[in-house]
Amino acid sequence: MEIAIPQKNRIWVLVIVGFFALISIGTYAIHEYYIYLSAYLWFGFIYGMCLQYGRFCFASAFRDLFAVGVPRMVVGIMIATLLFSITSSLVASTGWSTFHAAPWSVHAIIAGLIFGIGMVFAGGCASGSLYKAGEGNGVSMLVILSISVTQSSFVDLGGWFNNLVPKSWAESALTKSMPSSIKVSDGWVDQYLAGYVWDQPVITFAKLLGLEDTSLVGAFVGNTFLGVFLPAICLLAIVYTLWSRQRFTLDFEASEGHKPGLADHVRGYWEMIVSSKRTAIAGLFLGIACGLQMFVIEGLRMKFGVKNAGTLLQRLGHDFGISAKGTVFDPGYWYVTTQEAQWVGWVAQKLGWNNMDNIYFGWVNGIPNPAINPADWMSVALIGGAAVMALSNGEFKWKAPTKELAFWALLGGAFMGIGSRLALGCNVGAFFVRTANGDVSGWSFGLGMVGGAYVGVKIFNWYTERQMAKEMANLDFDL
Amino acid sequence: MPLSFSKVSDGHYLLDVTGYVCPHPQLYTKKTLEKMHSGDELELVFDNPSSAESISAMCTREGNPILDKQAQEGKFIFKIKKG
Repeated sequence: MEIAIPQKNRIWVLVIVGFFALISIGTYAIHEYYIYLSAYLWFGFIYGMCLQYGRFCFASAFRDLFAVGVPRMVVGIMIATLLFSITSSLVASTGWSTFHAAPWSVHAIIAGLIFGIGMVFAGGCASGSLYKAGEGNGVSMLVILSISVTQSSFVDLGGWFNNLVPKSWAESALTKSMPSSIKVSDGWVDQYLAGYVWDQPVITFAKLLGLEDTSLVGAFVGNTFLGVFLPAICLLAIVYTLWSRQRFTLDFEASEGHKPGLADHVRGYWEMIVSSKRTAIAGLFLGIACGLQMFVIEGLRMKFGVKNAGTLLQRLGHDFGISAKGTVFDPGYWYVTTQEAQWVGWVAQKLGWNNMDNIYFGWVNGIPNPAINPADWMSVALIGGAAVMALSNGEFKWKAPTKELAFWALLGGAFMGIGSRLALGCNVGAFFVRTANGDVSGWSFGLGMVGGAYVGVKIFNWYTERQMAKEMANLDFDL
Repeated sequence: MPLSFSKVSDGHYLLDVTGYVCPHPQLYTKKTLEKMHSGDELELVFDNPSSAESISAMCTREGNPILDKQAQEGKFIFKIKKG
Protein backbone atom coordinates (compact mmCIF):
# COMPACT_ATOMS: atom_id res chain seq x y z
CA MET A 1 0.00 0.00 0.00
CA GLU A 2 1.74 3.15 -1.25
CA ILE A 3 1.10 6.27 0.82
CA ALA A 4 2.03 9.71 -0.46
CA ILE A 5 3.63 11.81 2.30
CA PRO A 6 2.90 15.54 1.93
CA GLN A 7 5.87 17.91 2.33
CA LYS A 8 4.06 19.76 5.13
CA ASN A 9 4.12 16.55 7.18
CA ARG A 10 7.93 16.53 7.13
CA ILE A 11 7.98 20.14 8.28
CA TRP A 12 5.63 19.33 11.18
CA VAL A 13 7.82 16.40 12.17
CA LEU A 14 10.80 18.75 12.41
CA VAL A 15 8.73 21.29 14.36
CA ILE A 16 7.60 18.70 16.93
CA VAL A 17 11.03 17.11 17.39
CA GLY A 18 12.62 20.56 17.49
CA PHE A 19 10.14 21.72 20.13
CA PHE A 20 10.92 18.81 22.46
CA ALA A 21 14.66 19.20 21.85
CA LEU A 22 14.41 22.89 22.65
CA ILE A 23 12.53 22.12 25.89
CA SER A 24 15.21 19.63 26.93
CA ILE A 25 18.17 21.84 26.06
CA GLY A 26 16.58 25.04 27.36
CA THR A 27 15.57 23.61 30.73
CA TYR A 28 18.94 21.87 31.13
CA ALA A 29 20.58 25.25 30.59
CA ILE A 30 18.51 26.58 33.50
CA HIS A 31 19.40 23.69 35.82
CA GLU A 32 20.72 20.16 35.41
CA TYR A 33 17.84 18.77 37.51
CA TYR A 34 15.55 19.26 34.53
CA ILE A 35 17.30 16.37 32.79
CA TYR A 36 15.17 14.20 35.10
CA LEU A 37 12.02 15.55 33.45
CA SER A 38 13.62 15.26 30.01
CA ALA A 39 14.26 11.56 30.65
CA TYR A 40 10.52 11.11 31.14
CA LEU A 41 9.90 13.21 28.05
CA TRP A 42 12.05 11.19 25.67
CA PHE A 43 10.84 7.83 26.94
CA GLY A 44 7.29 9.11 26.41
CA PHE A 45 8.29 10.13 22.89
CA ILE A 46 9.61 6.60 22.19
CA TYR A 47 6.44 5.04 23.60
CA GLY A 48 4.31 7.25 21.36
CA MET A 49 6.27 6.27 18.25
CA CYS A 50 6.08 2.56 19.12
CA LEU A 51 2.37 2.65 19.95
CA GLN A 52 1.44 4.43 16.70
CA TYR A 53 3.73 2.30 14.55
CA GLY A 54 2.33 -0.96 15.93
CA ARG A 55 -1.26 0.36 16.35
CA PHE A 56 -0.55 -0.79 19.87
CA CYS A 57 -3.74 -0.47 21.87
CA PHE A 58 -4.50 -2.70 24.84
CA ALA A 59 -8.22 -2.15 24.25
CA SER A 60 -8.04 -3.78 20.86
CA ALA A 61 -6.37 -6.92 22.23
CA PHE A 62 -9.41 -8.68 23.60
CA ARG A 63 -12.00 -6.43 21.98
CA ASP A 64 -10.85 -7.36 18.46
CA LEU A 65 -10.51 -10.97 19.54
CA PHE A 66 -14.11 -11.15 20.79
CA ALA A 67 -15.57 -8.81 18.17
CA VAL A 68 -13.86 -9.83 14.93
CA GLY A 69 -11.62 -12.78 15.88
CA VAL A 70 -8.29 -10.98 15.36
CA PRO A 71 -5.52 -12.06 17.78
CA ARG A 72 -2.68 -9.76 16.60
CA MET A 73 -2.83 -7.37 19.56
CA VAL A 74 -2.94 -10.10 22.21
CA VAL A 75 0.24 -11.42 20.60
CA GLY A 76 1.81 -7.94 20.56
CA ILE A 77 1.02 -7.33 24.21
CA MET A 78 2.41 -10.70 25.27
CA ILE A 79 5.64 -10.02 23.32
CA ALA A 80 5.99 -6.58 24.92
CA THR A 81 5.21 -7.91 28.39
CA LEU A 82 7.75 -10.71 28.09
CA LEU A 83 10.48 -8.39 26.78
CA PHE A 84 9.67 -5.84 29.46
CA SER A 85 9.78 -8.59 32.07
CA ILE A 86 13.25 -9.69 30.95
CA THR A 87 14.62 -6.15 31.07
CA SER A 88 12.79 -5.50 34.37
CA SER A 89 14.26 -8.61 35.95
CA LEU A 90 17.69 -7.54 34.79
CA VAL A 91 17.18 -4.12 36.38
CA ALA A 92 15.60 -5.61 39.53
CA SER A 93 18.48 -8.00 40.07
CA THR A 94 20.91 -5.05 40.02
CA GLY A 95 18.81 -3.34 42.70
CA TRP A 96 17.95 -0.41 40.41
CA SER A 97 14.27 -1.15 39.89
CA THR A 98 11.75 1.61 40.56
CA PHE A 99 8.86 -0.86 40.69
CA HIS A 100 6.70 -1.46 43.77
CA ALA A 101 4.14 -4.26 43.71
CA ALA A 102 0.53 -3.37 44.51
CA PRO A 103 -1.80 -4.84 47.13
CA TRP A 104 -3.68 -7.83 45.78
CA SER A 105 -7.33 -8.77 46.26
CA VAL A 106 -10.55 -9.10 44.30
CA HIS A 107 -10.65 -5.30 43.92
CA ALA A 108 -8.14 -5.60 41.06
CA ILE A 109 -10.52 -7.88 39.11
CA ILE A 110 -13.55 -5.62 39.69
CA ALA A 111 -11.54 -2.55 38.70
CA GLY A 112 -10.31 -4.33 35.57
CA LEU A 113 -13.88 -5.24 34.66
CA ILE A 114 -15.03 -1.62 34.88
CA PHE A 115 -11.96 -0.45 32.99
CA GLY A 116 -12.44 -3.13 30.31
CA ILE A 117 -16.02 -2.09 29.59
CA GLY A 118 -14.89 1.53 29.38
CA MET A 119 -12.06 0.89 26.95
CA VAL A 120 -14.41 -0.84 24.51
CA PHE A 121 -16.95 2.00 24.72
CA ALA A 122 -14.25 4.64 24.29
CA GLY A 123 -12.60 2.95 21.31
CA GLY A 124 -9.22 2.84 23.02
CA CYS A 125 -7.56 2.31 26.37
CA ALA A 126 -5.77 5.01 28.33
CA SER A 127 -2.47 4.69 26.43
CA GLY A 128 -4.22 3.99 23.12
CA SER A 129 -6.21 7.20 23.46
CA LEU A 130 -2.98 9.15 23.97
CA TYR A 131 -1.36 7.84 20.80
CA LYS A 132 -4.57 8.25 18.79
CA ALA A 133 -4.75 11.86 19.98
CA GLY A 134 -1.34 12.15 18.32
CA GLU A 135 -2.96 10.99 15.07
CA GLY A 136 -5.29 14.00 15.31
CA ASN A 137 -8.22 11.99 16.62
CA GLY A 138 -10.67 14.31 18.40
CA VAL A 139 -12.60 11.40 19.90
CA SER A 140 -9.47 10.23 21.70
CA MET A 141 -8.89 13.76 23.01
CA LEU A 142 -12.38 13.64 24.52
CA VAL A 143 -11.60 10.25 26.05
CA ILE A 144 -8.49 11.71 27.71
CA LEU A 145 -10.54 14.64 29.02
CA SER A 146 -13.19 12.28 30.38
CA ILE A 147 -10.64 9.98 32.09
CA SER A 148 -8.91 13.01 33.59
CA VAL A 149 -12.00 14.76 34.93
CA THR A 150 -13.57 11.54 36.23
CA GLN A 151 -10.46 10.52 38.14
CA SER A 152 -9.89 13.94 39.62
CA SER A 153 -13.50 14.16 40.80
CA PHE A 154 -13.81 10.52 41.88
CA VAL A 155 -10.84 10.66 44.27
CA ASP A 156 -12.40 13.62 46.11
CA LEU A 157 -15.94 12.26 46.45
CA GLY A 158 -17.09 12.82 50.02
CA GLY A 159 -20.28 13.98 51.74
CA TRP A 160 -23.16 11.64 50.93
CA PHE A 161 -20.77 9.11 49.36
CA ASN A 162 -19.28 8.48 52.81
CA ASN A 163 -22.51 6.59 53.55
CA LEU A 164 -21.40 3.96 51.03
CA VAL A 165 -18.19 3.21 52.92
CA PRO A 166 -18.30 -0.09 54.87
CA LYS A 167 -17.81 0.37 58.59
CA SER A 168 -14.73 -1.85 58.61
CA TRP A 169 -13.01 0.37 56.00
CA ALA A 170 -13.83 3.54 57.96
CA GLU A 171 -12.48 2.04 61.19
CA SER A 172 -9.33 0.71 59.57
CA ALA A 173 -8.67 4.00 57.76
CA LEU A 174 -8.73 5.89 61.06
CA THR A 175 -5.90 3.74 62.40
CA LYS A 176 -3.52 4.90 59.66
CA SER A 177 -1.15 7.69 60.61
CA MET A 178 -1.97 10.75 58.54
CA PRO A 179 -1.12 14.43 58.93
CA SER A 180 -3.93 16.75 60.02
CA SER A 181 -4.22 18.16 56.48
CA ILE A 182 -5.55 14.81 55.23
CA LYS A 183 -9.18 14.14 56.16
CA VAL A 184 -9.17 10.36 55.88
CA SER A 185 -12.67 9.99 57.29
CA ASP A 186 -14.16 12.18 54.56
CA GLY A 187 -13.96 10.58 51.12
CA TRP A 188 -15.00 7.27 49.60
CA VAL A 189 -11.68 6.69 47.84
CA ASP A 190 -9.68 7.76 50.90
CA GLN A 191 -11.36 5.11 53.03
CA TYR A 192 -11.19 2.55 50.23
CA LEU A 193 -7.43 3.09 50.01
CA ALA A 194 -6.50 3.46 53.68
CA GLY A 195 -9.22 1.18 55.05
CA TYR A 196 -9.16 -1.64 52.51
CA VAL A 197 -6.50 -1.63 49.76
CA TRP A 198 -3.54 -0.90 52.01
CA ASP A 199 -4.55 -3.82 54.25
CA GLN A 200 -4.27 -6.34 51.40
CA PRO A 201 -1.17 -8.51 50.87
CA VAL A 202 1.49 -7.66 48.29
CA ILE A 203 2.33 -10.79 46.31
CA THR A 204 4.82 -11.44 43.52
CA PHE A 205 5.55 -14.73 41.79
CA ALA A 206 9.08 -14.65 43.20
CA LYS A 207 7.71 -14.41 46.74
CA LEU A 208 5.31 -17.29 46.04
CA LEU A 209 8.43 -19.39 45.42
CA GLY A 210 10.01 -18.08 48.59
CA LEU A 211 12.50 -15.96 46.63
CA GLU A 212 13.42 -12.27 46.74
CA ASP A 213 12.32 -10.01 43.85
CA THR A 214 15.79 -8.48 43.81
CA SER A 215 17.66 -11.77 43.50
CA LEU A 216 18.68 -13.03 40.06
CA VAL A 217 16.80 -16.31 40.50
CA GLY A 218 13.74 -14.65 42.03
CA ALA A 219 13.50 -12.08 39.27
CA PHE A 220 14.10 -14.39 36.30
CA VAL A 221 12.67 -17.72 37.49
CA GLY A 222 9.87 -16.35 39.68
CA ASN A 223 8.74 -13.13 38.07
CA THR A 224 9.68 -13.62 34.42
CA PHE A 225 9.47 -17.38 33.78
CA LEU A 226 6.64 -18.32 36.14
CA GLY A 227 4.93 -14.93 36.18
CA VAL A 228 5.05 -14.02 32.51
CA PHE A 229 6.53 -16.61 30.16
CA LEU A 230 4.39 -19.60 31.18
CA PRO A 231 1.08 -17.68 31.44
CA ALA A 232 1.81 -15.94 28.11
CA ILE A 233 2.52 -19.24 26.34
CA CYS A 234 -0.69 -20.74 27.76
CA LEU A 235 -2.78 -17.67 26.93
CA LEU A 236 -1.52 -17.64 23.33
CA ALA A 237 -2.19 -21.39 23.05
CA ILE A 238 -5.80 -20.78 24.07
CA VAL A 239 -6.06 -17.90 21.58
CA TYR A 240 -4.60 -20.10 18.81
CA THR A 241 -6.97 -22.97 19.59
CA LEU A 242 -10.10 -20.84 19.71
CA TRP A 243 -9.40 -18.21 17.05
CA SER A 244 -6.56 -19.17 14.69
CA ARG A 245 -6.49 -22.97 14.46
CA GLN A 246 -9.56 -23.29 12.24
CA ARG A 247 -8.16 -20.95 9.54
CA PHE A 248 -4.74 -22.62 9.69
CA THR A 249 -6.35 -26.06 9.38
CA LEU A 250 -8.46 -25.01 6.36
CA ASP A 251 -5.44 -23.49 4.56
CA PHE A 252 -3.25 -26.47 5.44
CA GLU A 253 -5.78 -29.01 4.16
CA ALA A 254 -6.23 -27.03 0.95
CA SER A 255 -2.49 -26.96 0.23
CA GLU A 256 -1.33 -30.33 1.66
CA GLY A 257 -4.41 -32.50 1.18
CA HIS A 258 -4.45 -33.90 4.70
CA LYS A 259 -5.16 -32.76 8.26
CA PRO A 260 -2.35 -30.99 10.13
CA GLY A 261 -0.51 -32.84 12.89
CA LEU A 262 0.82 -31.50 16.18
CA ALA A 263 4.07 -30.27 14.61
CA ASP A 264 2.05 -28.42 11.97
CA HIS A 265 -0.05 -26.76 14.65
CA VAL A 266 3.12 -25.66 16.45
CA ARG A 267 4.11 -24.00 13.15
CA GLY A 268 0.63 -22.46 12.94
CA TYR A 269 1.04 -21.17 16.49
CA TRP A 270 4.31 -19.52 15.51
CA GLU A 271 2.77 -18.08 12.33
CA MET A 272 0.08 -16.47 14.48
CA ILE A 273 2.77 -14.85 16.62
CA VAL A 274 4.68 -13.36 13.68
CA SER A 275 1.63 -12.59 11.52
CA SER A 276 1.60 -8.88 12.36
CA LYS A 277 5.19 -7.68 12.07
CA ARG A 278 4.34 -4.07 12.94
CA THR A 279 2.74 -5.06 16.23
CA ALA A 280 5.50 -7.53 17.09
CA ILE A 281 8.25 -4.98 16.35
CA ALA A 282 6.45 -2.33 18.41
CA GLY A 283 6.10 -4.80 21.28
CA LEU A 284 9.80 -5.60 21.08
CA PHE A 285 10.91 -1.95 21.30
CA LEU A 286 8.29 -1.08 23.94
CA GLY A 287 9.42 -3.93 26.16
CA ILE A 288 13.06 -2.89 25.99
CA ALA A 289 12.34 0.84 26.43
CA CYS A 290 10.13 0.24 29.48
CA GLY A 291 12.87 -1.64 31.30
CA LEU A 292 15.47 0.90 30.26
CA GLN A 293 13.38 3.76 31.67
CA MET A 294 13.46 2.17 35.14
CA PHE A 295 17.22 1.93 34.90
CA VAL A 296 17.69 5.53 33.75
CA ILE A 297 15.29 7.10 36.26
CA GLU A 298 16.81 5.21 39.18
CA GLY A 299 20.27 6.23 37.96
CA LEU A 300 19.24 9.88 37.93
CA ARG A 301 17.75 9.56 41.42
CA MET A 302 21.07 8.22 42.66
CA LYS A 303 22.99 10.96 40.84
CA PHE A 304 20.87 13.71 42.41
CA GLY A 305 20.54 11.97 45.79
CA VAL A 306 16.73 11.90 45.80
CA LYS A 307 14.00 9.29 46.12
CA ASN A 308 11.29 11.29 44.39
CA ALA A 309 10.96 14.19 41.95
CA GLY A 310 9.16 16.21 44.62
CA THR A 311 12.52 16.90 46.24
CA LEU A 312 13.97 18.12 42.94
CA LEU A 313 10.97 20.39 42.31
CA GLN A 314 11.30 21.88 45.80
CA ARG A 315 15.04 22.46 45.27
CA LEU A 316 14.12 24.25 42.04
CA GLY A 317 11.69 26.46 43.94
CA HIS A 318 8.47 24.82 42.72
CA ASP A 319 6.65 24.34 46.03
CA PHE A 320 3.05 24.38 44.86
CA GLY A 321 1.19 21.07 44.68
CA ILE A 322 3.76 18.98 46.55
CA SER A 323 2.11 16.32 48.74
CA ALA A 324 2.17 16.42 52.54
CA LYS A 325 5.08 13.98 52.59
CA GLY A 326 7.04 16.02 50.07
CA THR A 327 6.40 13.87 47.01
CA VAL A 328 4.82 14.15 43.60
CA PHE A 329 3.76 11.37 41.26
CA ASP A 330 7.04 9.93 40.02
CA PRO A 331 6.58 6.27 39.09
CA GLY A 332 9.96 5.79 37.43
CA TYR A 333 8.32 3.80 34.65
CA TRP A 334 5.61 4.10 32.03
CA TYR A 335 2.32 5.22 33.50
CA VAL A 336 -0.68 7.03 32.07
CA THR A 337 -3.66 7.85 34.24
CA THR A 338 -2.43 9.56 37.42
CA GLN A 339 -0.82 12.44 35.53
CA GLU A 340 -4.15 12.86 33.71
CA ALA A 341 -5.94 13.18 37.07
CA GLN A 342 -3.25 15.57 38.27
CA TRP A 343 -3.59 18.19 35.56
CA VAL A 344 -7.35 18.44 36.14
CA GLY A 345 -6.70 18.39 39.89
CA TRP A 346 -4.31 21.31 39.42
CA VAL A 347 -6.87 23.26 37.39
CA ALA A 348 -9.60 22.48 39.94
CA GLN A 349 -7.34 23.66 42.78
CA LYS A 350 -6.68 26.92 40.92
CA LEU A 351 -10.44 27.35 40.52
CA GLY A 352 -10.90 27.06 44.28
CA TRP A 353 -11.59 23.32 44.80
CA ASN A 354 -9.60 22.11 47.80
CA ASN A 355 -8.56 18.63 46.71
CA MET A 356 -5.29 18.46 48.64
CA ASP A 357 -7.11 17.08 51.70
CA ASN A 358 -7.52 13.64 50.13
CA ILE A 359 -4.98 10.82 50.17
CA TYR A 360 -4.58 10.53 46.41
CA PHE A 361 -3.49 14.11 45.78
CA GLY A 362 -2.67 15.45 49.24
CA TRP A 363 -0.69 12.54 50.68
CA VAL A 364 0.70 10.58 47.72
CA ASN A 365 0.80 12.23 44.29
CA GLY A 366 0.42 15.98 44.71
CA ILE A 367 -0.83 18.27 41.99
CA PRO A 368 2.24 20.07 40.66
CA ASN A 369 1.93 22.53 37.80
CA PRO A 370 1.54 20.35 34.67
CA ALA A 371 4.35 22.36 33.06
CA ILE A 372 6.85 20.87 35.54
CA ASN A 373 5.17 17.52 36.23
CA PRO A 374 7.56 14.72 35.10
CA ALA A 375 4.77 12.27 34.24
CA ASP A 376 2.90 14.95 32.30
CA TRP A 377 6.05 15.52 30.25
CA MET A 378 5.97 11.81 29.43
CA SER A 379 2.32 11.86 28.30
CA VAL A 380 2.63 15.04 26.25
CA ALA A 381 5.74 13.64 24.56
CA LEU A 382 3.91 10.36 23.95
CA ILE A 383 1.28 12.28 21.99
CA GLY A 384 4.10 14.09 20.17
CA GLY A 385 5.94 10.85 19.34
CA ALA A 386 2.73 9.33 17.98
CA ALA A 387 2.13 12.49 15.91
CA VAL A 388 5.65 12.28 14.47
CA MET A 389 5.13 8.65 13.47
CA ALA A 390 1.65 9.32 12.05
CA LEU A 391 2.89 12.33 10.07
CA SER A 392 5.87 10.35 8.77
CA ASN A 393 3.56 7.60 7.53
CA GLY A 394 0.94 9.93 6.07
CA GLU A 395 -1.63 8.81 8.63
CA PHE A 396 -2.16 12.06 10.53
CA LYS A 397 -5.61 13.51 10.11
CA TRP A 398 -7.62 15.91 12.24
CA LYS A 399 -10.92 14.29 13.07
CA ALA A 400 -13.64 16.14 14.97
CA PRO A 401 -15.87 13.88 17.04
CA THR A 402 -19.49 13.41 16.03
CA LYS A 403 -22.18 13.54 18.73
CA GLU A 404 -22.50 9.77 18.58
CA LEU A 405 -18.78 9.16 19.10
CA ALA A 406 -18.50 11.95 21.69
CA PHE A 407 -21.13 10.16 23.77
CA TRP A 408 -19.20 6.88 23.68
CA ALA A 409 -15.92 8.70 24.36
CA LEU A 410 -17.22 10.46 27.46
CA LEU A 411 -18.98 7.36 28.77
CA GLY A 412 -16.02 5.07 28.13
CA GLY A 413 -13.59 7.60 29.57
CA ALA A 414 -15.64 7.84 32.76
CA PHE A 415 -15.65 4.04 33.18
CA MET A 416 -11.88 3.95 32.63
CA GLY A 417 -11.34 6.82 35.06
CA ILE A 418 -13.19 5.01 37.84
CA GLY A 419 -11.62 1.64 37.00
CA SER A 420 -8.11 3.04 37.00
CA ARG A 421 -8.51 4.70 40.40
CA LEU A 422 -9.93 1.53 41.93
CA ALA A 423 -7.02 -0.46 40.50
CA LEU A 424 -4.41 2.23 41.22
CA GLY A 425 -3.55 2.24 37.53
CA CYS A 426 -4.79 1.54 34.04
CA ASN A 427 -3.97 -1.04 31.38
CA VAL A 428 -0.35 0.17 31.56
CA GLY A 429 0.18 0.86 35.28
CA ALA A 430 -2.11 -1.85 36.67
CA PHE A 431 -1.65 -4.55 34.04
CA PHE A 432 1.38 -4.18 31.77
CA VAL A 433 3.91 -2.88 34.29
CA ARG A 434 2.73 -5.05 37.18
CA THR A 435 2.49 -8.24 35.13
CA ALA A 436 5.95 -7.72 33.66
CA ASN A 437 7.35 -7.28 37.16
CA GLY A 438 5.81 -10.47 38.53
CA ASP A 439 3.06 -8.75 40.50
CA VAL A 440 0.10 -11.13 40.87
CA SER A 441 -2.34 -8.20 40.93
CA GLY A 442 -1.35 -7.44 37.31
CA TRP A 443 -2.90 -10.66 36.01
CA SER A 444 -5.91 -10.09 38.29
CA PHE A 445 -6.55 -6.71 36.68
CA GLY A 446 -5.98 -8.34 33.28
CA LEU A 447 -8.56 -11.01 34.05
CA GLY A 448 -11.12 -8.35 34.91
CA MET A 449 -10.15 -6.35 31.82
CA VAL A 450 -10.79 -9.39 29.59
CA GLY A 451 -14.20 -9.86 31.21
CA GLY A 452 -14.95 -6.18 30.75
CA ALA A 453 -13.93 -6.34 27.10
CA TYR A 454 -16.30 -9.28 26.58
CA VAL A 455 -19.22 -7.42 28.18
CA GLY A 456 -18.36 -4.25 26.24
CA VAL A 457 -18.23 -6.13 22.94
CA LYS A 458 -21.62 -7.75 23.62
CA ILE A 459 -23.14 -4.30 24.19
CA PHE A 460 -21.38 -2.84 21.16
CA ASN A 461 -22.46 -5.75 18.95
CA TRP A 462 -26.06 -5.08 19.89
CA TYR A 463 -25.63 -1.35 19.21
CA THR A 464 -23.89 -1.70 15.83
CA GLU A 465 -26.40 -4.33 14.71
CA ARG A 466 -29.17 -1.80 15.30
CA GLN A 467 -27.27 0.91 13.43
CA MET A 468 -26.65 -1.40 10.46
CA ALA A 469 -30.29 -2.46 10.38
CA LYS A 470 -31.37 1.18 10.26
CA GLU A 471 -28.88 1.95 7.47
CA MET A 472 -29.92 -1.03 5.37
CA ALA A 473 -33.65 -0.69 5.98
CA ASN A 474 -33.94 2.20 3.54
CA LEU A 475 -32.09 0.45 0.71
CA ASP A 476 -33.98 -1.34 -2.03
CA PHE A 477 -31.84 -4.37 -2.61
CA ASP A 478 -31.41 -7.85 -1.36
CA LEU A 479 -28.29 -8.78 0.54
CA MET B 1 -20.04 11.89 9.08
CA PRO B 2 -22.63 9.18 9.73
CA LEU B 3 -22.35 5.57 8.68
CA SER B 4 -23.08 5.14 4.95
CA PHE B 5 -23.81 1.91 3.13
CA SER B 6 -24.94 1.74 -0.49
CA LYS B 7 -25.18 -0.52 -3.53
CA VAL B 8 -22.95 0.68 -6.37
CA SER B 9 -23.99 -1.97 -8.91
CA ASP B 10 -24.93 -5.65 -8.90
CA GLY B 11 -22.55 -7.42 -6.52
CA HIS B 12 -20.69 -4.18 -5.68
CA TYR B 13 -21.28 -2.32 -2.44
CA LEU B 14 -19.79 0.72 -0.72
CA LEU B 15 -19.35 1.08 3.03
CA ASP B 16 -18.11 4.45 4.24
CA VAL B 17 -17.18 4.64 7.92
CA THR B 18 -15.03 7.76 7.64
CA GLY B 19 -14.78 9.54 10.98
CA TYR B 20 -15.42 6.42 13.02
CA VAL B 21 -12.89 5.11 15.53
CA CYS B 22 -12.30 1.59 16.85
CA PRO B 23 -14.12 -0.69 17.02
CA HIS B 24 -16.80 0.72 14.66
CA PRO B 25 -14.97 0.26 11.29
CA GLN B 26 -14.03 -3.38 11.89
CA LEU B 27 -17.43 -4.26 13.37
CA TYR B 28 -19.40 -2.66 10.53
CA THR B 29 -17.11 -4.31 7.98
CA LYS B 30 -17.57 -7.71 9.58
CA LYS B 31 -21.35 -7.37 9.74
CA THR B 32 -21.55 -6.15 6.15
CA LEU B 33 -19.38 -8.97 4.80
CA GLU B 34 -21.49 -11.50 6.71
CA LYS B 35 -24.59 -10.26 4.91
CA MET B 36 -23.02 -10.23 1.40
CA HIS B 37 -22.97 -13.17 -1.03
CA SER B 38 -19.86 -15.08 -2.05
CA GLY B 39 -18.12 -13.29 -4.93
CA ASP B 40 -19.59 -9.86 -4.07
CA GLU B 41 -17.17 -6.98 -3.69
CA LEU B 42 -17.11 -4.31 -1.01
CA GLU B 43 -15.37 -0.96 -1.27
CA LEU B 44 -14.57 0.10 2.27
CA VAL B 45 -13.64 3.69 3.10
CA PHE B 46 -12.31 4.59 6.55
CA ASP B 47 -9.79 6.89 8.21
CA ASN B 48 -8.90 5.14 11.45
CA PRO B 49 -5.33 3.78 10.95
CA SER B 50 -5.51 1.09 13.63
CA SER B 51 -8.59 -0.41 11.96
CA ALA B 52 -6.48 -1.11 8.86
CA GLU B 53 -4.45 -3.75 10.69
CA SER B 54 -7.49 -5.35 12.30
CA ILE B 55 -9.56 -5.40 9.10
CA SER B 56 -6.66 -6.92 7.12
CA ALA B 57 -6.21 -9.65 9.72
CA MET B 58 -9.95 -10.24 9.93
CA CYS B 59 -10.29 -10.63 6.15
CA THR B 60 -7.38 -13.10 6.06
CA ARG B 61 -8.91 -15.13 8.86
CA GLU B 62 -12.38 -15.19 7.32
CA GLY B 63 -11.07 -16.00 3.83
CA ASN B 64 -12.20 -12.72 2.27
CA PRO B 65 -9.28 -11.54 0.08
CA ILE B 66 -8.44 -7.83 -0.05
CA LEU B 67 -8.06 -7.07 -3.77
CA ASP B 68 -6.70 -3.56 -3.39
CA LYS B 69 -5.50 -1.26 -0.64
CA GLN B 70 -5.07 2.48 -1.08
CA ALA B 71 -4.20 5.19 1.41
CA GLN B 72 -3.99 8.93 1.00
CA GLU B 73 -3.80 11.72 3.59
CA GLY B 74 -5.14 9.56 6.36
CA LYS B 75 -7.97 7.97 4.36
CA PHE B 76 -7.95 4.25 3.52
CA ILE B 77 -9.85 2.52 0.69
CA PHE B 78 -9.93 -1.30 0.70
CA LYS B 79 -11.58 -3.43 -1.98
CA ILE B 80 -12.64 -6.70 -0.38
CA LYS B 81 -14.06 -9.77 -2.12
CA LYS B 82 -16.45 -11.96 -0.14
CA GLY B 83 -14.97 -15.46 -0.16
